[in-house]
Amino acid sequence: MRYTPPPNPFDPHDENRSVGGRDDTSFAAAKMTIFQYVAVAVFLFLVSGFWDLQIRHPDIYNERAERNRIKELPVVAPRGRILDRDGRVIVDNHSSFSLILSRENLKEEHLHEIADGLHLDYDDLVKKVNRYKRRPRYEPIIIKEELTPSDLAFVESHRDAETFPEMETIESQRRLYPESGILSHVIGYTGEISESELDLPEYAKYNQGQIIGKTGIEKQYNDILMGVDGERQSIVDNRGKEREVLGMKPAKPGKNLQLTIDLDLQVVAELALQGHRGAVVALNPQNGEVLAMASQPNFDPNKFAVRIKSADWKELTNDPGNPLLNRAIQAQWAPGSTFKPIIALAGLETGAIDENTVFNCPGGVTFFGHYYKCLEVHGAVSLHKGITLSCDSYFYNVGNKTGIESIAYYAHQAGLGEKSGIDLPNEASGVVPSPEWKLRNFRQKWFAGETISVSIGQGAVTVTPLQIARAIGGLAMGGVWHVPHLNMALTKTEQPHEWALNPDNVKKIVYGMYGVVNEGGTGVRAKIPSIDVCGKTGSAQVASAEYEKTHNDLKDTAWFVGYAPCVNPEIIVSVLWENTGLHGQYAAPTARDIMKAYFDKKLRNGVAYPEPEELKNARSPATLVSTLMPGAASPAPAAPKDSPR
Amino acid sequence: MMLRFARVKDFDWTMFFIVMTICALGVLQIFSATHDTVWQGSWWKQILYIMAGLVLAWIATNIDYHALMGHVYTLYIASVGLLVVVLLVGKRAFGSTRWILLPAGIHLQISEFAKIAIILLVARFMTELKTEVLEWRDLLKLSAAIVLPMALIAKEPDLGTALTYLPILAVGVYLAGMRWKYWVVIGVLLLVVVPVAYSSLHAYQKARIVSFLDPERDPQGTGYQLIQSRIAVGAGGTWGKGVTKGSQTQLRFLPVPHTDFIFSAFAEEHGFIGVMVVMVLFFVLLMQIVQNAQTSPDRAGMYICMGVGSLLLFHILVNVGMVVGRMPVTGIPLPLMSYGGSSIWSTFLMLGLVNSVRVRRFVN
Repeated sequence: MRYTPPPNPFDPHDENRSVGGRDDTSFAAAKMTIFQYVAVAVFLFLVSGFWDLQIRHPDIYNERAERNRIKELPVVAPRGRILDRDGRVIVDNHSSFSLILSRENLKEEHLHEIADGLHLDYDDLVKKVNRYKRRPRYEPIIIKEELTPSDLAFVESHRDAETFPEMETIESQRRLYPESGILSHVIGYTGEISESELDLPEYAKYNQGQIIGKTGIEKQYNDILMGVDGERQSIVDNRGKEREVLGMKPAKPGKNLQLTIDLDLQVVAELALQGHRGAVVALNPQNGEVLAMASQPNFDPNKFAVRIKSADWKELTNDPGNPLLNRAIQAQWAPGSTFKPIIALAGLETGAIDENTVFNCPGGVTFFGHYYKCLEVHGAVSLHKGITLSCDSYFYNVGNKTGIESIAYYAHQAGLGEKSGIDLPNEASGVVPSPEWKLRNFRQKWFAGETISVSIGQGAVTVTPLQIARAIGGLAMGGVWHVPHLNMALTKTEQPHEWALNPDNVKKIVYGMYGVVNEGGTGVRAKIPSIDVCGKTGSAQVASAEYEKTHNDLKDTAWFVGYAPCVNPEIIVSVLWENTGLHGQYAAPTARDIMKAYFDKKLRNGVAYPEPEELKNARSPATLVSTLMPGAASPAPAAPKDSPR
Repeated sequence: MMLRFARVKDFDWTMFFIVMTICALGVLQIFSATHDTVWQGSWWKQILYIMAGLVLAWIATNIDYHALMGHVYTLYIASVGLLVVVLLVGKRAFGSTRWILLPAGIHLQISEFAKIAIILLVARFMTELKTEVLEWRDLLKLSAAIVLPMALIAKEPDLGTALTYLPILAVGVYLAGMRWKYWVVIGVLLLVVVPVAYSSLHAYQKARIVSFLDPERDPQGTGYQLIQSRIAVGAGGTWGKGVTKGSQTQLRFLPVPHTDFIFSAFAEEHGFIGVMVVMVLFFVLLMQIVQNAQTSPDRAGMYICMGVGSLLLFHILVNVGMVVGRMPVTGIPLPLMSYGGSSIWSTFLMLGLVNSVRVRRFVN
């Protein structure tokens, strides 16, 4: 089909040409002019678009371009370290890398290989990604923490634009706790601030995603430990990759926190407690410093360091041993015979008895038509013998004579039934019952028989290991109960509860507790050669004897509280064994080990021990007895000037 | 006599200088947008494409367009055939099959070259009309001939390029003349059918269709590109941020800143002033083409020039309109500026044809 042009009117060689013929273009001249106007309109339309964006509102878009390219990235401030009293590091940090998936360029078909490369479970990963489906896209997903060197190598070699550009690493500071769970309850752990915490007014100062202390010291002193995150301003490209750093506000690291804990004693306490469910508290009764605090079973706080795995959490919370419970301040048990020094104090101070008051122990006593047993037949028992041999019959009578009001009064003075005010969250208060207490809580009248039970630390009375250590320690100090604390800085500012006790009465009770350990009493297992150790055992029934027989999980609780030296004590240790069914005397060696470790360390450091000659004489068992019991035996040298007031 | 060398003074030098200036600005922008990326050699390749394009344009200038008109049907059938070949064995990239792989690593986008056949087809069809104005039968015949390659291209899928064939048809019909009743009927039909069809879709279907039509450059939602492009243009302000200084371009917030969104990158780095320069150049180029149509010795030449002009106008409208956010993202290049051999070569061939008409305006 050859093309034959239509006749051209202007072509002189074309015989078909005719002006106004078929090939005249003039018919379209107007239309072409109109096309030109259309072109003008199109260009004006386009130019007006540029005018709008570039001349009228350039600031809006300039700002958006800046926002696009300049990102503020947080620089995580490391938490302060936690040190023991000698400056040894208990809790440290180490920096670690986490892998996040940027969901803006996440491709689901990559997940399989990413899971493989990082040794993650593919199904778990997909589930995690799906969980985030409804969240905004810019929110990244953290898929693995604590990247190993081989993980990091995988990420670095695969994060380019062609393979898996969605992978990004962020650096974070991770908490490093003692691995064996030492001090785990005291220190607590950190974790990401939760949604419910964010709603609370006291957490208003924190932001989403921040790591804060959740329990223990980490929570109590979070403000000291946390520090202030810094910020880095940098230019990033559309993948969020940093191109250039514009400015830097360095992070302010958290402050270190020195605890009163002595790691040497703590380790001894942890070892001594192993195999038992219970707690140990060692205090310096002269200033309230907590030297050791252990609770078993414990847990590994490292599992909480960033984000606890759900399986680990389940295991911890479902464990019947309740490893998250800090038994030293949260376990509330009947104190049993460790309560007897308080009864004796109430009896002596109110004048209901004196040290020569004698009660007969035929193996039990009947009060109000009910027979109350004693473990043995002790015969005629006075104060010293009553404490030393822990005669129940004697204390039934003392309690009965003193009355529940006075017992409750003196117990409260000693800090029982009240929070000690230790710098740890969630301390339990225990219970010291009284008729008023019973009326208020149970709307019932007090039965006189209950007083008899309370007299030997049974019935409704419950204490925590910390409380009993503080109570007996303050008693031994002559009526100065310091606030137990873990923060070394509090030693200077702490205000003790002072309440004048008759020094003679104190000495009589202390002498009884001396007998417990040194004169063939129930606590002989706590004896340390050349150290004056005082103490008191206790075994408390959890339920009635018949009930306990049929329930293996309800066995007697064993207590021991001991301190040394007997005069002007430097360390007091309380030991609790839950559910052992053993008598408190078997718990005594735990306290002995800790006290021995304390004095051995003093010896190693050459500090005040062995003591100066005159003090050593003053505290030899013979002189001690005369110090404690003026008028008895040999003439006593003057009491040391720092004797209990 | 197919080849008759044109006289140098007849050549459209105005057009030549305008085209070379636009191309040079394009090369500069390609360099700026790619200088530290995997595409960093592109500006150099673009120069080679332009030089090859000049040769093609020279050849096209010296071919008598009347001779080409004689081969329109061969060209048309060859084009349609090649479009089928593309669909069958073409190279797939960015989610669409558009290219035929030639030796020496050259990718040819057939749909760019088929345009020329369509321009010639419309020109021949219109000059051979027996009637004063276009009748239904002829209109349908011509429309069918154009819809066939459009459908093949839309199947690739590349709706944007397919749509560029419509203005060629439209301007042909417009110039040939059609009873106003027909225009009314077509207009009413369009007014009724398009909105009804579109509004019967759900919002997500609309969005899906948009991303289905152009999925490969749209991995993060259709809106992203338009927003980033508007930000880039606006951030340019009056004077621009300077070559290689535009943050949107350099930090790659702007998608494909050397191909479809090259004018966005240009607007960021050269500002409103730079935009005005290029827009004026493009406008003068168009007017030059229209002028060549007006001085064409015959209708065939006029239809060819106007076909080229309408095609360029459409490209500019859609591409630049997209850059300022006034047109949807369709993914068609800006002629003479966007990086790519096929676009450059087909544009140069078309401008060569316009020149071929021009140099023959005084045939004797």
